[in-house]
Amino acid sequence: MANESGILVLVTGTNGQLSSLSTEQLGAARRIAEGLGGNVTAVAFGTGAPDYGRQALAYGADDAIAVEDPSLDEYRNENWTAAMTAVAQERNPALVLIGQTATGRDLAPRFAIRIGTAAAMDCVDFEVSNGTLLMTRPCFGGAAMAKYTSKTLPAVATVRPKAQEPLAQDTSRTGEVRTMTVDAVGVVSQILNREQVQSEGMRLEDAKVIVSGGRGLGSAEAFAELETLAKTLGGAVGASRAAVDLGWIPLTSQIGLTGKVVTPDLYIAVAISGASQHLAGITGARSVVAINKDAEADIFKHSRFGVVADWKTFIPAFTEEVRKLE
Amino acid sequence: MNIVCCVKQVPDPETPARAFKVDEAAKQVVPAPGNPPVISQFDQIAVEAALRIRDALGEGTITILSLGPDSARDAIKVGLAMGADEAVHLNDPAFLDGDGYSTGLTLSKAIEKIGNVDLILTGRQATDWDFGVTGLTIAELLGIPSISITKRVTASGGKIQAERVLADSYETVEVPTPCVVSVSNELGEPRYPKLPQIMQAARKQVTVWTAADLGLSPDQVGKVGARLSLEALYIPQVESKVEFIEGDSPAEQATTLARKLREAKLI
Repeated sequence: MANESGILVLVTGTNGQLSSLSTEQLGAARRIAEGLGGNVTAVAFGTGAPDYGRQALAYGADDAIAVEDPSLDEYRNENWTAAMTAVAQERNPALVLIGQTATGRDLAPRFAIRIGTAAAMDCVDFEVSNGTLLMTRPCFGGAAMAKYTSKTLPAVATVRPKAQEPLAQDTSRTGEVRTMTVDAVGVVSQILNREQVQSEGMRLEDAKVIVSGGRGLGSAEAFAELETLAKTLGGAVGASRAAVDLGWIPLTSQIGLTGKVVTPDLYIAVAISGASQHLAGITGARSVVAINKDAEADIFKHSRFGVVADWKTFIPAFTEEVRKLE
Repeated sequence: MNIVCCVKQVPDPETPARAFKVDEAAKQVVPAPGNPPVISQFDQIAVEAALRIRDALGEGTITILSLGPDSARDAIKVGLAMGADEAVHLNDPAFLDGDGYSTGLTLSKAIEKIGNVDLILTGRQATDWDFGVTGLTIAELLGIPSISITKRVTASGGKIQAERVLADSYETVEVPTPCVVSVSNELGEPRYPKLPQIMQAARKQVTVWTAADLGLSPDQVGKVGARLSLEALYIPQVESKVEFIEGDSPAEQATTLARKLREAKLI
């Protein structure tokens, strides 16, 4: 194709509310559009599509495409890839942005290949240099950063949560929300079962205070101490992948490159070495406090306050001090 | 059942930060002398997933497939030692420095050449570039279904079932064969080969193919055939501004930290 123009942003929502990641993607799209030119078009799938399209206007979209097909309410690779392909072919953008979620990780790679390009996954930043888009993404577990250009158009990128700023909501923005139908496709996959993982307390992504534990804790029981501290601080408990792999805490608590990305005001890392894969999950934390026996631990390079101490004696004492402050 | 496991040899992710170096001009990671490359962890778990399926079915042929230079032989050996039957090594300078597309194309041609493959297993992402696209690219190019980022894979009733790891839930999906499934660390620990198995691995067949063997021309593969172009590779600078909390005892440190955090309005 030729004459690719502007940016197509796949937006999603839950219970009628546009996701915060969608707003971040739209913010990124607006900034990129300043260099690339063209319009920012939001696209949404399913019953809520027209509403999400309208909400997207307030966050920076110039217009929206709503594929209001109820068969798209639930993500399935076959029909979302087909719908995304149909919309992209019609809209002909220079760049497509998808959120780096479980859906995005599954959708973007196949969609990109199908439309003759390749996806740059988990991008944290974008810049336009002489009309060329550069996409920045972490690699080597977050130890390095890489910048890519796309030789084929459109460029396709997934955007990491909390990496980009959304615009301030502006409900005075107007634009066309047009509906589009796509041909139905055969869906060969069948969902046999779904299981909610019981996680107590608030979602890590929403927590303002997180107390997190790593391999150095030594046991599952150690997390009880972190629970007590978290409760005293009104926060949630997280973990590094090492602690999850060791079976000390459920996978829903995992923070890092292949876990959750969190943005608390205060992140207390207990007996966590600071491997880049873990740091990848906390770059958005406002203040990091690290407790580690090893003064050389990498976590201290990324912390505001560091305590070189054995958590076994430090944490109970610290919990007590926090209680006294109340 | 014929299973292909795609594995990759990568720089050791346990390389400490101070030993991790990048050659910015060459846009490559400089191998750390004390940390030899390893099989990508999620790929080793993919081999484990294949072995569990074969154990459950009581039959099956497992082929390790790896694209890489000579050093990829080590990753292949791990797979063979764990219990895979044979291997295919895609070894050709033209294959190197590809992106998800050109590497996926090369792997998918190899899978077609192997023939009769029911299930392709990969790790969810290689622990060097962390893209997480290879398995899905193979599936798209072969026109077959895929299930990504899974913690459990089974074969039953002529179909494949896999449990996807989602943010707060698990979802079991079933697709017909042939298909691609990528696995995550939640699947569990890969089995540790015993010495007799490691020795046996040396006798297993490793077939080597080049671009010509796959009917691919040099401009279709590797860096030349890639759709994404790597423009820069660097280590982000981190200025350490940590304030260490002093104290003669943990109790003293605790008091000081609590005070400082209260002063900073963090608690």
